[in-house]
Amino acid sequence: MERNSDTESIVHAGAESGIDYTGKKIGMWLFLFTELLFFGGMFLLYSVYRAQYPAEFHAGAQEENLLLGSINTTVLLTSSFTIALAIAAIRRGSRTLSMYMQLMTILFGICFLIIKYFEWSAKISNGIYPDSQLLLDMGKGDILFFSLYFVMTGIHGIHVLIGVVAISIMLVYTWRGAVSKNSFIRLENTGLYWHFVDIVWIYLFPLFYLVT
Amino acid sequence: MAGLEPYKAAQQGLSFLHESGKYKGILGWLMSTDHKRIGLMYLGALLSFFSVGVTLGVLIRLSLIAPGSILNAQQYNEVFTVHGIIQIFLFIIPGIPVAFGNFFLPIMIGARDVAFPRLNRLTLWLYLAGAAIVLLSLFIKGEPPDTGWTFYAPYSIQTKANVSLAVLGVFVLGFSSIFTGLNFVTTIHRMRAPGMGWFRLPLFVWTLYATGWVQILATPVLAITLVFIVLGRVFGVGFFDPSRGGDPILYEHLFWAYSHPAVYIMVLPAMGIISEVMPTFARHKIFGYKAIVYSALGIATVGYFVWGHHMFTSGMSDTARIIFSFITFLVAVPSGVKVFNWVATLYKGSIQVDSPLLFALSFIFLFSIGGLTGLIIGSLAPNLHVHGTYFIVAHFHYVMFGGVGFAIFAGLHYWFPKMFGRMFSERIAKTGWAFLFVGFNVLYFSMFILGYQGMPRRYFEPPPQYHGWSVVSTIGSWLLAAGIIIIFSNLIRSLFKGPKAPSNPWGGRTLEWSISSPPPAENFAEIPVIGEGFYGKK
Repeated sequence: MERNSDTESIVHAGAESGIDYTGKKIGMWLFLFTELLFFGGMFLLYSVYRAQYPAEFHAGAQEENLLLGSINTTVLLTSSFTIALAIAAIRRGSRTLSMYMQLMTILFGICFLIIKYFEWSAKISNGIYPDSQLLLDMGKGDILFFSLYFVMTGIHGIHVLIGVVAISIMLVYTWRGAVSKNSFIRLENTGLYWHFVDIVWIYLFPLFYLVT
Repeated sequence: MAGLEPYKAAQQGLSFLHESGKYKGILGWLMSTDHKRIGLMYLGALLSFFSVGVTLGVLIRLSLIAPGSILNAQQYNEVFTVHGIIQIFLFIIPGIPVAFGNFFLPIMIGARDVAFPRLNRLTLWLYLAGAAIVLLSLFIKGEPPDTGWTFYAPYSIQTKANVSLAVLGVFVLGFSSIFTGLNFVTTIHRMRAPGMGWFRLPLFVWTLYATGWVQILATPVLAITLVFIVLGRVFGVGFFDPSRGGDPILYEHLFWAYSHPAVYIMVLPAMGIISEVMPTFARHKIFGYKAIVYSALGIATVGYFVWGHHMFTSGMSDTARIIFSFITFLVAVPSGVKVFNWVATLYKGSIQVDSPLLFALSFIFLFSIGGLTGLIIGSLAPNLHVHGTYFIVAHFHYVMFGGVGFAIFAGLHYWFPKMFGRMFSERIAKTGWAFLFVGFNVLYFSMFILGYQGMPRRYFEPPPQYHGWSVVSTIGSWLLAAGIIIIFSNLIRSLFKGPKAPSNPWGGRTLEWSISSPPPAENFAEIPVIGEGFYGKK
């Protein structure tokens, strides 16, 4: 209830300053629909090939490092929490707290990428990567599983990287006052994007680590 | 504040072509966030690419009547690939929304600009960058793409030609398209003038709305598919390579899951233009406004589920083929509804046969032929016989060129006075139309006959028994090219020498005709309030 009237006053304030709060939110959601279908193409390939080679996908998932995958899941989920806190903080006018929370999110994002880096390099040093002789000598299902792994986590990783850059820009905006109690739509939209990246991982994790 | 200057110019009634703001000359255009300037830049780029594409098309026809004397086989493959890539990805898919949509959408809903003007400018930059990358793939070391515009795997992954670069260009163009759709949908939701309810929207706006959704939801599927091609070529990821467990048919599924809805990205706004032109020149309100709206939404929705009809001969279960064929028939229904509505609009009207109406009527005629032959190839049994023949080429061009192309010409003549503030010579426009219309039918109807007789498409050297109609078709291509040259010279001449256009030369009833020609910088000095029955009432 309180939150509703809060939002209304923000919408109202936005209308006076010429910023269409709802419009910008709609734009972001439409962009997320686009992203959803972009990843949808990959999930489609995964489902088709998983249905074709269930045993190989099962075996492939056992090769994944479940511990690192779980840690990364925790890291990303926590980062979604911190970015939500950052938005809640700026809405209440606590700029410093919001900046700390954004910084935390950035660090979690980087942490995720570093762990991913170690996972990838472990695989690559074992000779498993697309077009490697070792992989090509394996069965077709294995080739597909590991190719999908690299492609899907890779493109997801690029999205994490973009998110980290976006939140860093928001951090500068907040510091300069361009993102503030009265104008936080950019931070909120960045948060939406971050949650989306998080949700994609929530699906990638079981598909690659837990299908054993 | 630089942002205030256009506003001041608007209050003084100066047109958007007047220099204002901090950038001058060409930068004043490239850096502009004015939707009208962006629309005009798009229009210029589109028509230039269109001219290149037409030239290549004429070259293909020439080569077909004398194989080997103009192009060799490899060059022929490259020319028809580049013809397709340019006409599809650089001209007709962005086409109407980016040029006429950008220019007229905000004006028609009574707004000063789109919801995200800077994003709009970004789409133009992305479009130009994408086009540059595609063109680069033609000229840098190595061969131009030779896969056909569909980039079918596995050939697109194996060929030595510059496919990666072309595909990257199309990927960038895709983002331009997505952001345009996103911008338009948000604009229509948020920026309508007071009183402009959903069912008072001009029909062109409605079709842009439906198109926007298709752009948002279909284009990313193409984007990821193109990423797979690049990954396949650069990193050896074999998603479509059978020797690595991949499946080339999946490529076709993903490609057409975008590229069939893309047909509606092209044709829906074309239908929107026709829905504006018909009532204006019939001096009669549009027949069945709501039916046209719902059929546009219907086409946009059902259009997602028919892609399989491109693959009837590729390998698919009978059940899937029957379902896809059935849905293909379903999607023809709303298009039929629209055709009846346009024709009924003429009934008891006071018809003024000016050039925009001629193009619009030709659209209805040609699009009907394209649509009805679409049903022939949408049925499973005939499809097996004509799928690999010129019948498909003829059908495709009847829908794309006879449909969308003619609608673009209709819009170009209809809105030319508004965009540039000049009138063109009606007599020359009609002459150009006559050449185009006759040439078009000679060119493409011959292909229906050739296809029905079994002439295979994409062949460099067609079997000799098809030579006769091939020559007829090629002669048609010259008539058509002559028509286009006449039309363009007329318009280009009128840009400089045409008499000044009044604000409403055709008696149009939508908002763009209520402001001066060309429109002032911020469109409206005061945002109009839309009353009951504003649109379509006589």
